[in-house]
Amino acid sequence: MIEIDNVTKYYGDRRVVDRLSLTVPAGDFCVLLGSSGCGKSTTLKMINRLIAVDAGKIRVAGEDIGAVPAEALRRRIGYAIQSIGLFPHWTVEDNIATVPRLLKWPRARRGDRVTELLDMFRLEPATYRAKYPHQLSGGEQQRVGVARALAADPELLLMDEPFGAVDPLTRDDLQGELARIHQATKKTIVLVTHDIEEALRLATHIAVMREGRIDQLGAPLDILEHPASDFVADFVGRQGIGLKLLSVRRIADRMRPGETAQGEPLPLDTSLRDALSAMTTRRTDRLPVCDAAGRRIGAIVLADLVR
Amino acid sequence: MSPQPGWAARQAALVLPTGVHNQVLFVLVIVAAAAVAVSGFVGDAPNRLVSGRPIPLWSAADAPMTAGIAVCGAALSAACLMRSSRPRDCAVAVLAAVLLLLVLAAAGQAASLLAQSGKPASRISLGPAFWVLASCAALAVGDALQRLGAGIVVQAGAVVAIVSGVLLLTASGTFDALSLVREFEIRRQTFADAVMRHVSLVGTSVGIAAFIGFPLGVVVARRPSLQNPVFAVLNILQTIPSIALFGLLIVPLSALVSAVPRLAEYGVGGIGVTPAIIALVLYALLPVVRNTSVGLVGVDSAAIEAGRGMGMSPGQIFRKIELPLALPVLLAGLRIVTVQAIGLAVVAALIGAGGLGTFVFEGLGQYAVDLVLLGALPAIFLALAADFMLQILTTMLRRRFAR
Repeated sequence: MIEIDNVTKYYGDRRVVDRLSLTVPAGDFCVLLGSSGCGKSTTLKMINRLIAVDAGKIRVAGEDIGAVPAEALRRRIGYAIQSIGLFPHWTVEDNIATVPRLLKWPRARRGDRVTELLDMFRLEPATYRAKYPHQLSGGEQQRVGVARALAADPELLLMDEPFGAVDPLTRDDLQGELARIHQATKKTIVLVTHDIEEALRLATHIAVMREGRIDQLGAPLDILEHPASDFVADFVGRQGIGLKLLSVRRIADRMRPGETAQGEPLPLDTSLRDALSAMTTRRTDRLPVCDAAGRRIGAIVLADLVR
Repeated sequence: MSPQPGWAARQAALVLPTGVHNQVLFVLVIVAAAAVAVSGFVGDAPNRLVSGRPIPLWSAADAPMTAGIAVCGAALSAACLMRSSRPRDCAVAVLAAVLLLLVLAAAGQAASLLAQSGKPASRISLGPAFWVLASCAALAVGDALQRLGAGIVVQAGAVVAIVSGVLLLTASGTFDALSLVREFEIRRQTFADAVMRHVSLVGTSVGIAAFIGFPLGVVVARRPSLQNPVFAVLNILQTIPSIALFGLLIVPLSALVSAVPRLAEYGVGGIGVTPAIIALVLYALLPVVRNTSVGLVGVDSAAIEAGRGMGMSPGQIFRKIELPLALPVLLAGLRIVTVQAIGLAVVAALIGAGGLGTFVFEGLGQYAVDLVLLGALPAIFLALAADFMLQILTTMLRRRFAR
């Protein structure tokens, strides 16, 4: 979907992105992870040409982005940022319909799309479509911001620390929704963050960046278990690494099929971390597991978590 | 420590008697009562050139009129003591508006009563008590409307109601005996011409200032390096005294016309309308440019980045995001400039540009205060009207762009 090929970017004399190459397959959820100033945001903004490439090539869907007019390219790519940037003088409906309007969709189609997106983000369309941004909470604003990025059904979604400015509880909700939407739509997503927990929760691949380069690219579990460098090991955190490992593994891997246990069952896609938390609060070392349809299909046991 | 909200009110409460719940109205009532007690409501002069003998309200107007004013005043004083509520503020607004009209009617009545007994050359002018009373009543209306949180529609309704009351009084001949109206009667046609000339001076200069100032403001907002030089020049222009600027323009314009005589055919000259408009435009540029650039710079950069990121062209970002969001500030600049130009255009009469200033300077020359007022009052009303209409325009545009 995206091929970043040996790309370099200078700010003055400083090389902020240094001969970086990265391929993001279609349907992937790729997280660019790193501390501030590592070039992750710059890399993201070069994909939709908000920042020009100094050397190297970027291709989106096989097409060199330099060969497409910048505005046409950006209308094909969803874009959400930390400061959201909703237009304060437009309603939620008009905000979400920004790109469809630029693409001259007929009015009825725009209206239907807004309804669909508000439903997807669990904002009651009848209540929310006519509201103005200042009438929304921070979490609602960010939902509208992401809905707006998805409005024209782009093949690719770029997100620059989208949940950096919301409170932890709302962030948790929004991450859950984004994961659900990624599951449902199979869109290719590139997300920039410095939050390792967010990266572990959402990514199919994490690119850990340092000084304009990718130190390591891999699946979340890979990064945790086999950090390629001391920097990566430090960044993902030596402390609490066990809990992080538990958070990227699912019950499905450790379940004992056919066995039974007392209590409310946990769904198969629960992380081992959440399972451990449930055992602690319920004061038990055994919990039942159910499938997506809610049928009890097995049990998870404390000893298996740490196997 | 900075004053807390309500600090001023609490300070006032320390000074004012306890039980006063509307301090603003209380002060207005006290000031108005004091003015009525110690100064003349109208002045009676044997002719227009000497100053008049002050006559207090109760001997100038008849008993029912005086009583009506006293009752309104008493009711407003009582309202000061009532706790804040919507009914109280509604009542104050209505009472104060009625008081304003009563005061105007009383002035007209006083003039006609005095005119019946006096000589034809005698002049009845408006005294300090009239001005203070009328101003306090008008301020009380404004304050009550503000307390009610009245929107632009209600405010416009109040203005229309009061203005139609005044027009009704005028049409019924109430004011005919006032010297101000006599001065007007003598100059009916010149007055109409002067108002038209004044409006066209202001309209033309504000139009030109907007035409130059908006693009300049946009350029300054885009290139911060231009800010200092541009504002330095405009600031210096702003500090030149208006009379001096009008005078200074005579020399270069006269030279220009003698070099290119054909310009004179288009009405260009060292004195008259041309230098007046040039000066008014120069004064208007600073607020227009400053507000345009401040308005544009103040637009949330996140909204602009989002617009860019979603594929809006620079033109679309300007038209759909920056301009509508900057518009209230931009129109505020236009309001400042219009009100300012209406005042400055009075001075332009000095260099033969005409307009309402003609009466002011003629009156000053003859020491005829009523003639000065004939120029000054319409200028004030023009300024208030322009301010109010631009405010309505701002509100309407804001609603329109709110989608």
